[in-house]
Amino acid sequence: MSTTAVHTPAADDAVSASASASAQAARRRDDYAIQPAVDVIEDAQGITLYADLPGVPREQLQLRVDNDRLIIEGDIQLDLPDGLKAGHVEVSRQFYRRAFALGKELDADQIAAELTHGVLRVRIPKAAHAQPRRIEVRLS
Amino acid sequence: MSRPLFARELFNDLDRFQREMSSLFEFSAGRATARGGYPALNVGLSPEAVEVYAFAPGLDPATVGVDLDRGVLSLSGERVSPLIAKPSEAAAPQADAAAQATPADKTLVHQRERFAGRFRRVVSLPDDIDPEQVSASYKDGVLRVTVKRRPAPQPRRIDIH
Repeated sequence: MSTTAVHTPAADDAVSASASASAQAARRRDDYAIQPAVDVIEDAQGITLYADLPGVPREQLQLRVDNDRLIIEGDIQLDLPDGLKAGHVEVSRQFYRRAFALGKELDADQIAAELTHGVLRVRIPKAAHAQPRRIEVRLS
Repeated sequence: MSRPLFARELFNDLDRFQREMSSLFEFSAGRATARGGYPALNVGLSPEAVEVYAFAPGLDPATVGVDLDRGVLSLSGERVSPLIAKPSEAAAPQADAAAQATPADKTLVHQRERFAGRFRRVVSLPDDIDPEQVSASYKDGVLRVTVKRRPAPQPRRIDIH
């Protein structure tokens, strides 16, 4: 069984000497993002990732693969009636964002995802060469 | 988005009620959680109603309990995690692939952050709510409960005979 294939390093947004304005803006945006809780399971064929994204409708979910990183983003959209005043607030940030480094053995082109009741399920299979295979031993 | 999702207002009654209730009533079975835990709650007040938003993804709405008793709204249920699937269910995706066992039928859990298990959260509602007028809906993993408020009684002049 291979070692951890999906990494979530704390400093995923690497600081480079030539950080562009958009990269800096992205980092500031990160300060206001909710990092969704995730479960990550690996089996022989690939990785399954579950992310809790309550309040994100299908059309606000953005999932992309960028340089071996999986980036999950989604804006929260709630039905708020007019004249609503806040009472008790535990969720004040307005969007989710989290990025994951994908191991080389994963086939990022074959990613499949579904969003149900605020839970995002992402399935990433391992490349064929990375899957364990039973080798048949023939008697001569 | 310029308008905040839920603009914070300090020192209001609803927030104070909620903090008091948190210390008295809330629990998550077998788990030390941060204040409140799962699901996170936002409570707001409009002229017509109290609006409760519970951020509760992954629920079967048929199994969620929404109860109102003497001014206390309680939301309860169980969030089932796919990580605790029965062995026969866990093997199901691979059932088509091979009849024979592969060398690595095992699964490895790399991260487990999401809440699973029973939950109960309570909200103490203001005095002017109408307990007959409670509605709940579940969309995108958010359970929204609307409790209408009684209109303020009109002042009446009483005639003196």
